[in-house]
Amino acid sequence: MELSVLLPFIVNVIIGGLVLGFVYAIIALGYTMVYGVLQLINFAHSEVFITGAVVGFEVFRILQNSAMNGYLKLLIALVAAMIVSGLLNVLIERLAYRPLRGAPRLVPLITAIGVSLILQDTLRFLEGLQGRFDLTYTLPTGFADKFCATTSSCAPLGNFLRTIGVDVQLKDVILVIVALVSLGLLNYVVNRTRLGKAIRAVSQDRVTAGLMGIDSNLMISATFLIGGALGGVSGVLFGMKFGTINAYSGFDPGIIAFTAAVLGGIGSIPGAVLGGLLLGVIQNLIGVTNIFGNLLGLANLGTIDASYSKIGPFIVLVLILIFKPTGLLGKSNVEKV
Amino acid sequence: MKKTALSLSVLAALALGTASAQTTIKIASISPLSGGQSNLGTQIRNGVQLAVNEYAAQFKKAGFNLQLVPYDDQADPATGTAAARKIAADNQILAVVGTLNSGVAIPASAALAPSNLVMVSPANTANQVTDRGLANMNRIVARDDSQGPAGANFITDTLKAKKVYVLNDKTAYGEGLAGEVEKALKAKGVTISGNEGTEEKSDFSSIVAKIKLTKPDAIYFGGIYNQIGVFIKQLRGAGIDTPVVGGDGLDSSELPVIIGKAGANNVYYTTVAAPLEALPAAKTFAANFQKTFNTPAQGFGAFGYDAAKVTLQGILDAARANGGKAPSRKQVLDTIRKGTYKGLLSGEVSFNSVGDRKAATLYVIKLTDGKAALETSLAVKPPKN
Repeated sequence: MELSVLLPFIVNVIIGGLVLGFVYAIIALGYTMVYGVLQLINFAHSEVFITGAVVGFEVFRILQNSAMNGYLKLLIALVAAMIVSGLLNVLIERLAYRPLRGAPRLVPLITAIGVSLILQDTLRFLEGLQGRFDLTYTLPTGFADKFCATTSSCAPLGNFLRTIGVDVQLKDVILVIVALVSLGLLNYVVNRTRLGKAIRAVSQDRVTAGLMGIDSNLMISATFLIGGALGGVSGVLFGMKFGTINAYSGFDPGIIAFTAAVLGGIGSIPGAVLGGLLLGVIQNLIGVTNIFGNLLGLANLGTIDASYSKIGPFIVLVLILIFKPTGLLGKSNVEKV
Repeated sequence: MKKTALSLSVLAALALGTASAQTTIKIASISPLSGGQSNLGTQIRNGVQLAVNEYAAQFKKAGFNLQLVPYDDQADPATGTAAARKIAADNQILAVVGTLNSGVAIPASAALAPSNLVMVSPANTANQVTDRGLANMNRIVARDDSQGPAGANFITDTLKAKKVYVLNDKTAYGEGLAGEVEKALKAKGVTISGNEGTEEKSDFSSIVAKIKLTKPDAIYFGGIYNQIGVFIKQLRGAGIDTPVVGGDGLDSSELPVIIGKAGANNVYYTTVAAPLEALPAAKTFAANFQKTFNTPAQGFGAFGYDAAKVTLQGILDAARANGGKAPSRKQVLDTIRKGTYKGLLSGEVSFNSVGDRKAATLYVIKLTDGKAALETSLAVKPPKN
């Protein structure tokens, strides 16, 4: 196979992985922030995430016949999902985790799994009341078009991208922009505001922070609110990108995003982002290994196809945990959030 | 409600009893008449009723008074089996038409078997329905395992594909189906440019990239609509218009919704549930159906009608062989398995040694702009003779 064919192929596989990786990254932030303050793995986060996706679906469904600008619809969907998922996460902490704060660490972990199951079936029940199970996004027209299609004003840019093999839809570009904005806002809140400083203080030492006059319960709630809101954003992005979700769709991306958080060093914000992006790309590269295997005449590699793509992230995780147990960007005293 | 119906029928029976000395022969139907699948189940019941109405005169001439007793199985195996036991206890019932769900047909036919009560199915496709070798179980639709070879034939003969990319969803259904298709395609000399299973429900970008690279003429995906729909959406989004073929797992009105109207083109699937338009002889039937029940006929109504005609003709034949007297259940059972029934809406029906239809039909449905329409019909044969 010639390089002119193979190069765009690789570029596209990597771009597909990066887009997916941004979704993983934002979900991973929810895991890593909660772990930072409570040392708790919030397994219900995958359902907080998919709740956001369901809210996004409902917003687009209700607005599908309105003449409103598509970007405005997306903004409403994002804000609604942030509010619902954020408040849901706060509620979960208040009802399920706070009463167990003094308990051994296994107890809240099991509770988290229980909450996750309850949320899955609640979502299924609520949508089932209206006779729905698989929820298909009704996106504004144009979102699924090619980015900078030949008819639009930025066609030269689109043509340039296509000649070098980059072939993306408008919604992929929107996804990456929304993800970057969310990451920027989070970075600002955590590192530049009093709220962020207080959250960081609580994550380093809850008791001492309390002695300094910081309401640690409030800060923990704030962390769940921010983490949940990010989960809501990623849910809408996920639904927008892949189109069809159901109440159980949160599990797979949730577990990979959790892996991404561990890979990057759990508790570390930049680590979660790096981990998400890496896993997205690795997953897609593993999925196309057989193409290279066949090209190089390595029959053994030729059998590694898309059915193995989900294993890839976990193999990487095991390797990292063996050789660098704190994760890529984790330090022994992690700068927690 | 039930009570009044019962007492009414008792009254009617008494009235008839005094009016004529004719022997009463009943056939029963088992199908879901309530619950989520009642729409399809009622079609079957109505189809059977129409056949009974048409045959009533012939039965009268032969000295019999023909009746239909419809039973509701609620698409539930336990309810269906209970209905089968009630049917077995009614000695006037000589044959059963049913059911809609294979999961109901399997235990229900087993419950009917000890009393030699014959069952003719208008809808059950699971291999196990007839693979158990029950003497009383017959069906007039194709088997699940006929879909693989039929799909492969469609890909080579109609789509004229030389290079096919095969995918499956790693379930027993999808992997089995895709495996059958691949085997049949290889036997015809078609190149398989990829064969992989995936449990992925959302992100198909690596598979789509590979398809873009290898440029197959057609894609076969063994699986269920909610996964394949998402895949097709991404495939079309990447600008690939290659035909996608699948099995009856794609037979859902949700499929075009998931793919989206713009991309729901060039998608084909094989299914046993014929749309009415696929049955050229069904015009009069459809008109009669509409007139009698004030609702349009669907495919399952036509198959219910055909299955009922098989049982009714079988009973008449058995009565003739029995010297004009009402036949026994065993005689009806043997006659139906051996008989050949012509002029049905879906063509000629005759059964092999285990009760599969010797010449069944699979229907290939094509999606165009999200609308499903019949593409072609394929004749299929059961594995045994």
